[in-house]
Amino acid sequence: MLRLGYSPDALIEVLHTTQQSFGYLDDVALTYVGQTLGVPLSKVYGVATFYSLFTLKPQGEHTCVVCTGTACHINGASGILAAIRAKFGIGPKETTPDDQISLVTARCLGACSIAPAVVFDGEAKGKQTPAAVIATLEAL
Amino acid sequence: MSEVRAEAASAAPRHSRRMTGPAVVGKARATACVCQAAGCLSAGSDRVFENVTEQLVSDGVTDVAVKRVGCLGLCAAGPLVEVPETGELFRGVDPDDVGALVDRLKVATSVANKPEREPFFARQVKIVLENCGQIDPENIDDYIARQGYTGLAKAVTQMSPQQVIDEITRSGLRGRGGAGYPTGLKWATVAKQVAAPKYVVCNADEGDPGAFMDRSVLESDPHRVLEGMAIAAYAVGATKGYVYCRAEYPLAVQRLKAAIHRAEKSGYLGASISGSPFAFHVELRLGAGAFVCGEETALMASIQGGRGMPVPRPPFPAAHGLWGSPTLINNVETYASVPAIVRKGGDWYASIGSGKSKGTKVFALAGRIVNSGLIEVPMGVRLRDVIFDIGGGIPDGGTFKAVQTGGPSGGCLPEELLDMSLDYESLVAAGSIMGSGGMVVMDDTSCMVEVARYFMDFCREESCGKCVPCRVGTTQMYLLLTKITEGQASLADLEQLEKLGDMVRNTSLCGLGQSAPNPVFSTLRYFRDEYLAHIEDRVCPAGVCPVSTSAHNSASAPKEPVA
Repeated sequence: MLRLGYSPDALIEVLHTTQQSFGYLDDVALTYVGQTLGVPLSKVYGVATFYSLFTLKPQGEHTCVVCTGTACHINGASGILAAIRAKFGIGPKETTPDDQISLVTARCLGACSIAPAVVFDGEAKGKQTPAAVIATLEAL
Repeated sequence: MSEVRAEAASAAPRHSRRMTGPAVVGKARATACVCQAAGCLSAGSDRVFENVTEQLVSDGVTDVAVKRVGCLGLCAAGPLVEVPETGELFRGVDPDDVGALVDRLKVATSVANKPEREPFFARQVKIVLENCGQIDPENIDDYIARQGYTGLAKAVTQMSPQQVIDEITRSGLRGRGGAGYPTGLKWATVAKQVAAPKYVVCNADEGDPGAFMDRSVLESDPHRVLEGMAIAAYAVGATKGYVYCRAEYPLAVQRLKAAIHRAEKSGYLGASISGSPFAFHVELRLGAGAFVCGEETALMASIQGGRGMPVPRPPFPAAHGLWGSPTLINNVETYASVPAIVRKGGDWYASIGSGKSKGTKVFALAGRIVNSGLIEVPMGVRLRDVIFDIGGGIPDGGTFKAVQTGGPSGGCLPEELLDMSLDYESLVAAGSIMGSGGMVVMDDTSCMVEVARYFMDFCREESCGKCVPCRVGTTQMYLLLTKITEGQASLADLEQLEKLGDMVRNTSLCGLGQSAPNPVFSTLRYFRDEYLAHIEDRVCPAGVCPVSTSAHNSASAPKEPVA
């Protein structure tokens, strides 16, 4: 926040940094950010819930992002989601009961030329099949 | 709404230290240009770079250079390695087995007659992408060696701001973000404003699914975008610029940050550019996963730290933009076209292209197509040439069914239109738009009703919720489309869908809602028989939708009330 000059305009930047440090944004973090930047909590909460990259819930140990952009959709992204649901019982935005895997979907990662694309813990993989995704998740 | 965390979507390379290529004594006999753009990286091209380098070093080879370059274009065949001296392109290089490549590099020498390039490369005309795959995106000297920043130097030392605007106007360049507004006119409008300060904004919030042109340009040649912005700032009289980049592109963000830093150190950005009194500072702002932020008024709200919600225009950003000041907003590709226009002149640029669409356009080919990747072609080229000659046609013996252009705001074009010319006007006449340049090809395994439903689902989720026609209309259209794909709809529902679409198109506040019905209208226009098959015969011709299972139920068994 010091780097960004405590400017109220820097709200989104500060929320990004906070989430990177703590994994998600809890009430304490939102309140603190609002007070420090001089932004009402209502606005902080409004911004944090408006943008889909911000999460107010703690995430699992590992994160699996399935891209559902057009190219990935055409090339079978829904089959991958179905396979994950069948195997681990979780849908998008859900975490397995043992807090191991969080599943999220992305609107488009811009990796359309290697569709369908899946990102495992920050590492993007292209041309995925349901079986390959399940195998990778089990090995995490 | 489904979500994705910024760091989770990261496709950034894992190594933080940057390994350099082998030490070369004298002039390199051959160069291995290893693609380091997102597509190839996900296939392991960073390890290709490391392993080739290690192998050459351990074999004592000192006359072969290994270089990291940006996108080589043919993303489907990654990891790619090009040897410019011989004109060879190695595809699908296995990071763990680089022996054959290294052996070839040991004997490769420059040849006068390079092998004829395949149509994918030969038919392209590169202006925006001229450096992509040629230079190391993190090395400003590479960019400068290819006439980088000479356009900016020419503008600030030899031209008046008005002359720069005239040159851009003469080039016929139009906004590459999709709407195609004449760039020269936009610049002139901002230049005319007397209020100060003025801002220049680069829209790098490439949200259309199926589009990755801006991503590749930012990852492969970030300085070109900064140079274009600086020229624009000089022309309109701005001193401060923002690049608004989506956070889903961590590698682009990282390279852009590095580029801004290097350009400031080298005097191409900052207080006194190229020794002139002109000053221009650039800041990077990140999006946070909202499609609507590609709309210019929503984008500005987001730069100012708020929710990305559009406001009615006028006033246009040119008069009343960031913090109420005159603001110029252009797309990545538009700025990336500017340096070459200033360098070579507007007449040269206007000599390329057709009719009212001048110059070249970058397209991202994806979906059911052999050569998926990034291409740049002159405006006015035939759609068929792009998909079949350059794109290589449909894989696995499939049959072409449709190509979707313009993302969720665009439409699906059928086979009958393959001979149309790719320019702004023709695409609009056909019921689609140029959009940012995504092209998703579909074969007979795709159901067009389901595709329309997919896009409506997208718009429904990405609607910011401010205006009723978009917030409620897209949801109702989605429900009607779902009903059709489930084989539960009647012809009255179809009529209702069309009426509703017309209402959403005409009464929504911003471009998101106004264009949301486009995928529905274009599929209804060209693939109405598929809708009718779902409704009247309760079958999905492509076998995608779950109609067939419910067909018997609805025909023979008494219907359960639908909740």
